[in-house]
Amino acid sequence: MNTFRRIGKIAIGIVIAVWTLLPIYNMLLIALDDDAAEYSGNIFPVEWSFESFQVVWSQDYWYLEHFWHQFGNSCFIGFTTMVVTVSIGSLASFALGRMRWRYSWVFANATLLTYAVPASFLAIPFVSIMHRYGLSDSLWSVVIAQAMFATPYAILILRQYGCLVPLELDDAARVDGATPWQIFQRIYLPLMAPALVAVGTYALLLAWNEYLYQFLLLSSTESMTVAVALDQFFDSDEAPWNYMMATAIVYAMPPIATYYAMRHYMVAGLTMGGVKG
Amino acid sequence: MRGACRRFASRTIGSQGTELAWIAAFLLPYIAVLLAFLLYPLAWALWLGSTPSLYRELIDDPRYFPTALNTIVYVGIGTNVTMFMALLLSGYFMDRNRWIKGLLVLFMLPWALPAIPAFVAWHWMFVGRFGFANSLLEQFFDIEGPIWFNSYVLALGIDIAATVWKWMPFWTLIFLAGRMAIPQEIYDAADVDGAVGIRRFSYVTFPILGNLYFVCTLLSALWSIGEYSGVFFVSGGAPAHSTEVLATYGIHTAFTVGDPPLGMAAMISALPLLVPLTILLMRRVRANEVQL
Repeated sequence: MNTFRRIGKIAIGIVIAVWTLLPIYNMLLIALDDDAAEYSGNIFPVEWSFESFQVVWSQDYWYLEHFWHQFGNSCFIGFTTMVVTVSIGSLASFALGRMRWRYSWVFANATLLTYAVPASFLAIPFVSIMHRYGLSDSLWSVVIAQAMFATPYAILILRQYGCLVPLELDDAARVDGATPWQIFQRIYLPLMAPALVAVGTYALLLAWNEYLYQFLLLSSTESMTVAVALDQFFDSDEAPWNYMMATAIVYAMPPIATYYAMRHYMVAGLTMGGVKG
Repeated sequence: MRGACRRFASRTIGSQGTELAWIAAFLLPYIAVLLAFLLYPLAWALWLGSTPSLYRELIDDPRYFPTALNTIVYVGIGTNVTMFMALLLSGYFMDRNRWIKGLLVLFMLPWALPAIPAFVAWHWMFVGRFGFANSLLEQFFDIEGPIWFNSYVLALGIDIAATVWKWMPFWTLIFLAGRMAIPQEIYDAADVDGAVGIRRFSYVTFPILGNLYFVCTLLSALWSIGEYSGVFFVSGGAPAHSTEVLATYGIHTAFTVGDPPLGMAAMISALPLLVPLTILLMRRVRANEVQL
C-alpha cells in the first residue's frame, strides 16, 4: 500500500513537471537553434548555439537595436508601479483598517468592484482618456494603469495583515499625543514591512509581465518596452525566431529571479490574504 | 470582505471632525486615482457604447456570435478546469516531502513568466506541421500529428490549455494557503470519526474551502473574460478568426480596424455575463466574510 502511494506520488510529480516545463523547454530549444528561419523538428538541440543570446546582448539586430533602453523602460515601469502601489495602498489600508469611520465598508466594497473590471475592457477608453490628459506615449500612463489594478489587491492584503498589529499600540501613541500621520509613519509602516514587501513584489511582477496596456499606450522608440519590442517580431514574416525567443528568455529572467528571491514573503502575503473562512 | 479583525477598541482622541479630515487625507490619493483613471474612463466607455445602432452593427457582423460563443466556452471550460485542478493540486502540494516542495517552486514558474513569452511558447509548440508537439508525437508514439491551428476545436483547446497552464499555479497557491489555515485538530477529530480519503475531502476539507473555491472561481471567471494575451498570442484567432474571443475582437475592432465605439460595444455586450458574476461575488464575499 505504502509503495503504491509512493509510486502514485512520483507519477503525479513527473506529470506536473513535464506539463510545466514543456513549453519552457521549447522556448530554450528555439533560442539555442542557430538556424533562424525554420524550426528543425529536433527534440534535443543538435548543437548548442548561444549566438542568439549574444545578438540580444550586443543589440546586433535591427529589431533589437534599443534593447537595453527598452529593458530600462520596463524596469522603470516595474519599480514605479511598485512604489505607487505601496504608497497609495498603505495609506488607504491605514485609513480603512485602523481609523474609526462608519462608512469604511462602503469604500472597501468599492475596491472590490475594481477587481471586477477586466483590464482589457477598460483599455479602449483608457487610451483615449490618456490622450486627453496629455499622457499618450508616456511611461507614466502605463504605471498608473498597473498601479490602479494592483492597489485593490494591496489594500485587501494589507488590511488582513494589519490585524496582526495590535490596535493598542495606536491607542498608546494617541494618548502620548501622536497624530495619525505619526502613527502611520512610526508604527504602522515599520510593523507592516513584510506585507509591504509582498504587495510591492506583486505590483512589480504585474507591471513587468503585462502586455496589452504597454502595447496600446507606448509607441515611440523612446518609450517602448521589451514587451512591445517583442511584439514587433510578429509584424515581419521572416523574423528570426531564435532571436525573438532569446529576447523573451532574457525578458523573463527578472520576474523569475524576483519571484524566487521574494517567494517567502509572497507566500506569507497570500496566506495572510487567504481564507480564514 | 471580512469585518476586519475585531472592532476598534480605540477611542477617538480629539474631535470627530479632525479624525474625518485625517481619513480623507489618507484616502485622497486612492480616490483621486479611481476617479481620474477608473470612473472617468468607465463613464466614457459607457457613453461611447450607448448608441443603439452600434449593437445592430454588431449583430450584423457574422463574426460576432461565434466570438461571443467562444468567450463562453473559453471562460466556462478554462475557469472550471483551472480551479478544479488547482484544488486537487493544492492537496498534493500539502505534502511535506522536500521533493514535492521543490516541485512547487518549479510549478510556479508559468505564473512568474511575462505574458508574451509564456503564450508565444505555446504557440510555437503547436505551430505548423513540424511543431515541437508533433515532433514529440512522432518520436515517441510514431503518430503524425494534426496541423493544430487549422482545426477550430484544437485551436480553441490549445488556447484553453495555455490559459490553464499560466494561471493554475496562482490559484493552487491560494488554495494551498487556504488548506494550511485549516487547524490540524479538525482533521484529528475527523480521523477519530473515521473520515479518511475521499470522505475526509468531501466532509471536512471541501465544506471549509467551499466558499473560498466559489469566490476564487468567480474572480477567475471575471479575469478570463478579459484575457487578451492568452488567445491573441496562442491561436491568434486561427483558423480564419474562428477562435477569437470578445477581448481580442473588441481590441482589434477598436485599434486595428479603428472603430473604438464598435469595439467598446462588443465589450459592453459582455455585461450580461459580467454583472451577475460581480453581484454574486460581492454578496458571497460579504455574506461569508471570506478575505481574498
